[in-house]
Amino acid sequence: MSMSLLQVLIGGLMLGAVYALFSSGLTLIWGMMNVVNFAHGDFVMIAMYVAFMVWKLFGGGPFMAMPIAAMLLATLGIIAYFSLVRHVMKGPMLAQILGTFGLALLLRYGMFWTFGANFQSLPENLVGGTYDLWGIRIQASRLLAGTLAIVLTIALHLMLTRTSLGSKMLAVAEDSTAAQLMGIRPDRMQAIAWGLAAGLTGIAGALIATFFYISPTVGETLAIIAFVTVSLGGFGSITGALVAGLLIGVIESLSGYLIGAVYKDIVVYTIFIAVLWFRPQGLMGKN
Amino acid sequence: MFKTIGLMKGTALAGAALVLGLGLTGAFAQNTVKIGAVYPLSGNAASAGASAKAAIEVAVDVINNAHPELGDLTLAKDAGLPNLNGAKVEVVFADNQGTPAAGQNQTLRLITEEKVHAVLGSYQSGITLTASAIAEKYGIPFLSPESVAANLTERGFKWFFRTTPIASDIAKIYMEFLKEMKANGTKVDQIAIVNENTEYGTSIAKVIREAAQANGLNIGLEIPYSANTTDVQSQVLQLKDKNPDCIIFVSYTSDAILYMKTMQALGYKPPILIGDNSGFSDAAFLKSVGSIAQGAINRSAWSAGKPGSVTDRLNEMYKKKTGYDLDDSAGRAMQGFFTMVDAINRAGSTDPNKILTALKATDLKPNQLMMGYRGVKFDEKGNNILASALLIQIQGSDYVAVWPKDSATAPLQMPYKGW
Repeated sequence: MSMSLLQVLIGGLMLGAVYALFSSGLTLIWGMMNVVNFAHGDFVMIAMYVAFMVWKLFGGGPFMAMPIAAMLLATLGIIAYFSLVRHVMKGPMLAQILGTFGLALLLRYGMFWTFGANFQSLPENLVGGTYDLWGIRIQASRLLAGTLAIVLTIALHLMLTRTSLGSKMLAVAEDSTAAQLMGIRPDRMQAIAWGLAAGLTGIAGALIATFFYISPTVGETLAIIAFVTVSLGGFGSITGALVAGLLIGVIESLSGYLIGAVYKDIVVYTIFIAVLWFRPQGLMGKN
Repeated sequence: MFKTIGLMKGTALAGAALVLGLGLTGAFAQNTVKIGAVYPLSGNAASAGASAKAAIEVAVDVINNAHPELGDLTLAKDAGLPNLNGAKVEVVFADNQGTPAAGQNQTLRLITEEKVHAVLGSYQSGITLTASAIAEKYGIPFLSPESVAANLTERGFKWFFRTTPIASDIAKIYMEFLKEMKANGTKVDQIAIVNENTEYGTSIAKVIREAAQANGLNIGLEIPYSANTTDVQSQVLQLKDKNPDCIIFVSYTSDAILYMKTMQALGYKPPILIGDNSGFSDAAFLKSVGSIAQGAINRSAWSAGKPGSVTDRLNEMYKKKTGYDLDDSAGRAMQGFFTMVDAINRAGSTDPNKILTALKATDLKPNQLMMGYRGVKFDEKGNNILASALLIQIQGSDYVAVWPKDSATAPLQMPYKGW
């Protein structure tokens, strides 16, 4: 029993790392740059298909798929910024919501068109199978995804807080007119943020594809968790999203195991609402 | 690709329907019979919906063109519907988007705007529930080829029919199978049910529980869960703790795939694993996780049969279209469609009341069917009393028939092997 509980905890942590990984791009776009991106889940979905094609065409695993997906998605992100986001950002919030939601539908149904509605899946042992440590089972693919989630979060955090590029991006998010007066080009910074965020979702998608099913609607299934993760973690906090992701993963797994699978969402969202009630800025968000 | 909007031939058709309805046949040729089909063409069950759509399209080809090679299959021989002067069938597909509300709205649209003569659908029992209520209100015949939830035919509806075996038939098959296993010395002391918590999963779980009690079998664990979940580790660990002798999964495709993947990752396999149709019957399930679900048992009424047989030819037509073999769910959709069109042909009219009378008088024999039912004949509630199913098992890359023995094509392999 206690062994199972330990397995639940470890499983929950790894699930949480995946949620954090899934949210990483959104943390930057929504959490830092204040642009809502409803197409986020579908960006990850596209990256999962990239991983699928890399395996299908070249037999490559995530190490081959990650750079390819990151580059393709970064390009997609920059194109999305210049062709759509830049224009809707000038309008009211509703324009952002509807604009990116439209983009989500375009991507989703584009994939329906290209790949059909069928579920796809990468072979189980593409990333070295499962480890058995004293009865605790750890999937190599999830371990890799979890580790990289933490590495990417720290890297993103350092980039934003320790580099001049990061400071420029934050300046634009804070006050784009003032930043412009300081000689920063807001347009360029936003485009870089979109490219960076989409590149991150590319890596996330390539990793998640190694243990999840792939279908045109998979982004829809996972996206809601990403929005919850970012707002629970706190806007403006990259590390907050990681902590929130881990927390949600553990709470979900524990409540699913101890109370019952039907109730786990109730527990997660009750805690989510409770936290926002007392800390509307999120766990690690700035006041 | 996935969303076909039917052609609008409404006005000429409505006139013809009126004339035929008054019994003035002859000079006016009925040119099209319009049937609405509400299926999940987007959302998480879209792969099943796309398969059903392709299967219905094959049936349309069979009906509208002459296919003498298909033997006694309903309406295959001649082109069009003989009793309606060779009228062609046209299907208007609508997307239920995997939600009961969309299923209801789309059915309303099909009936009021597309003016369909009958409606078919809607895969998920929970959506069939709402969609059929609209058809009932408007007095349009509604046939569900695949929804099994018990209460669908307990509502006293006049216009609702279904050709599929229903929850109680299914529970009976599982119980008979498990009782036989027990008699042969296999340990079946504790059964676990893992079900998604919409109409379909809840209903099947309830009926299985009742059937188990009646048959003296013990349900030791029930795990309901929300469909389209992101993670099933906690459920699999609960199963691992209890270690039941048999698990019955009632899941749609996305969850079924996750369960198989997670069970492999956590190194858990039960001695007997039954996956109740839907997710486990999806061709995409077999393709993506079939190799780690070896020995999984499922129910089915479909078999492609020997090369050159009617069913084999239909399977080839379907395969040419989709690249996949026909599966049980899509097969049931096809059979439901044939049944509805056969009734319209016998009615010799698109008048709803005449179709209703013809549906009630349906009496199809096994040689007229493409599914392995003992026939199609409806009771007063609209259930097909001749529906039946057998058990199939994943062996290698395909399902093979394993039980009951007289219809088995391969020996049953026990215990569940997994990967």
